[in-house]
Amino acid sequence: MKILVCMSVVPDTTTKITFTDGDTRFNTQGVQYIINPYDELALTRALELAEPVNGSVTVIHVGLADSEPSIRKALSIGAGEAVRINAEPTDAQFVASEIAHWAKDKGFDLIMTGRESIDYNGGAVCGLLAAMLDLPSVNVITKIDVQGGVAHLERDIDGGRETSQCPLPLVVSAQKDLCEPRIPNMRGIMAARTKPLAVVEPSAGSALTQYRSYELPPAKQGVRLIEPERAADLINILRNEAKVI
Amino acid sequence: MSILVFAESADGVFKKSTFEAVCYARHIANKTGAPVIAAALGITDAAVLETLSHYGADQVMSISGTSFDHFDAQTQSAALAAAAQSVGATTLVISNTYSGKAIAPRLSVLMNAALATNVVDLPSTDNGFNVKRGVFSGKAFAHVSMDAAVKVIALTPNSLELSRNERSASYTNFSFQPSSAAKVQVTGINKVSGKIPLTEAEVVVSGGRGMKGPEHWGMIEELAAALGAATACSKPVSDMGWRPHSEHVGQTGITIKPNLYIAVGISGAIQHLAGVSSSKVIVAINKDPEAPFFKAADYGIVGDAFEVLPRLLEAARSGVQQA
Ligand SMILES: Cc1cc2nc3c(=O)[nH]c(=O)nc-3n(C[C@H](O)[C@H](O)[C@H](O)COP(=O)(O)OP(=O)(O)OC[C@H]3O[C@@H](n4cnc5c(N)ncnc54)[C@H](O)[C@@H]3O)c2cc1C
Ligand SMILES: Nc1ncnc2c1ncn2[C@@H]1O[C@H](COP(=O)(O)O)[C@@H](O)[C@H]1O
Repeated sequence: MKILVCMSVVPDTTTKITFTDGDTRFNTQGVQYIINPYDELALTRALELAEPVNGSVTVIHVGLADSEPSIRKALSIGAGEAVRINAEPTDAQFVASEIAHWAKDKGFDLIMTGRESIDYNGGAVCGLLAAMLDLPSVNVITKIDVQGGVAHLERDIDGGRETSQCPLPLVVSAQKDLCEPRIPNMRGIMAARTKPLAVVEPSAGSALTQYRSYELPPAKQGVRLIEPERAADLINILRNEAKVI
Repeated sequence: MSILVFAESADGVFKKSTFEAVCYARHIANKTGAPVIAAALGITDAAVLETLSHYGADQVMSISGTSFDHFDAQTQSAALAAAAQSVGATTLVISNTYSGKAIAPRLSVLMNAALATNVVDLPSTDNGFNVKRGVFSGKAFAHVSMDAAVKVIALTPNSLELSRNERSASYTNFSFQPSSAAKVQVTGINKVSGKIPLTEAEVVVSGGRGMKGPEHWGMIEELAAALGAATACSKPVSDMGWRPHSEHVGQTGITIKPNLYIAVGISGAIQHLAGVSSSKVIVAINKDPEAPFFKAADYGIVGDAFEVLPRLLEAARSGVQQA
């Protein structure tokens, strides 16, 4: 089984988000970058599926050279090889078209992405890739097993869960609960140093959207405290002043 | 030129988020004069279809020709793309639900369109076509220009006030023949019945580790029931198995934007706030006056949840009172 895991590199979850250049750029000053948490789940599950059947797991990332520490981390977690498409990931359509272009004739049985990247929250690459490669897709999966070329899946739906099956090849996006993320061990870290990390120049993919500017949510006015003994007043306020219940 | 709305349904009726998408399309139509066409998959009940006209659909299209009973993103997006092409749609509006998020990207490829998911406001069309979307898991918003003739917009539920806009709509059928059978076969659906889905709820009552254990969640559920609210929780609460993972909100859980979010015994860590800070009104209940949640809240009670919750419940059950 040949699995491709798409990986984005995102600001650490504790990052305080600020912008520069008149709110037109994300301020990367002092920001720690990590593997997108959902992609870590996709990678771990890919390894769990591939290892027992002597399959392979390739990680692909569209981004510039400063992502390489995170790519090496993916290799130390256990991916066999990595590919970096050397271009700034300007939007999901660009990213997906670059990955599709690279992957289309490589015969992957399964392509995995995260449910969404925690920076741009598009949740789009899974469906885009699948459509570009004319493959079926199942998003926000919480389970995947493969038997005899057929994937058995569970995914989140609004207000519940759905189980399904689909023959490979298939594109899926990983949701929490898929597995426990694997942590690199010393052997993995040593091995990662010599694993192949190919750098590929982008094809002619283009972005169809442009990020013009950013804003932060309006600051709260300050909290209005209510005495715990008068908790019932809160319900009145919510009903009659805030009018939200 | 027209605006096509995907009228997503559940259990044979349209979701509230669908009506929000129709309202969104109506707003654009009022500026551009383009008609609003709401397309439903596999819904044929005239009374149900008519509800789309209440929110501003000029035309209601019922797509048939294959079964849409089970969700397959490939089949549904192909059907919608064919329908959109048949009416020359240049703007497509979809709800940013789990299914919507599966369909919207596929539609954008089929339609050669620019795509924006997680859109939270009406577009500004003064200089091109710009949408506002949530980024950094609720910590910020981005203004994004959509630079293609055709646009696919996935609108986050609860982003737009519903407004009635009765139209005398026309009703059409569109027959879609898929080029191949659906590859994804649904084998089971497990819905938590009788509960309001978290992503659609207007009021959410949420508990954290301060609730001490799953045996105390009755208080959270009772208050939620009295307020017509959905229930949610912090990450450690779902990690410990006190509550199902589907209730976990935050940066690595669900992002929600209800009108009212009540956080009980939750500290207010940055990753938690990311998922809830777009809520219109936030109430924090915490026994620690230094809890960071109070900085992000509109109203707060510094007190013991086990004393405060019964008082809130009593007041919530006692009907409308004048302040
Ligand atoms: C990569 C990463 C991702 C994360 N993603 C998320 C996420 O998506 N969502 C999320 O929620 N967290 C997330 N977290 C965890 C987050 O950092 C916090 O640890 C978590 O939100 C804390 O949960 P809590 O507030 O329930 O528990 P605690 O931090 O333990 O807080 C409990 C609170 O309850 C109060 N309390 C105790 N007893 C009472 C009482 N009797 N009455 C009233 N108040 C009481 C305490 O004063 C305290 O403030 C993430 C962390 C990491 C590292
Ligand atoms: N620059 C990138 N390189 C490779 N994969 C990516 C990139 N950006 C996003 N992805 C993948 O697409 C998923 C969803 O991203 P998004 O559509 O941006 O929310 C991520 O979880 C990754 O698996």
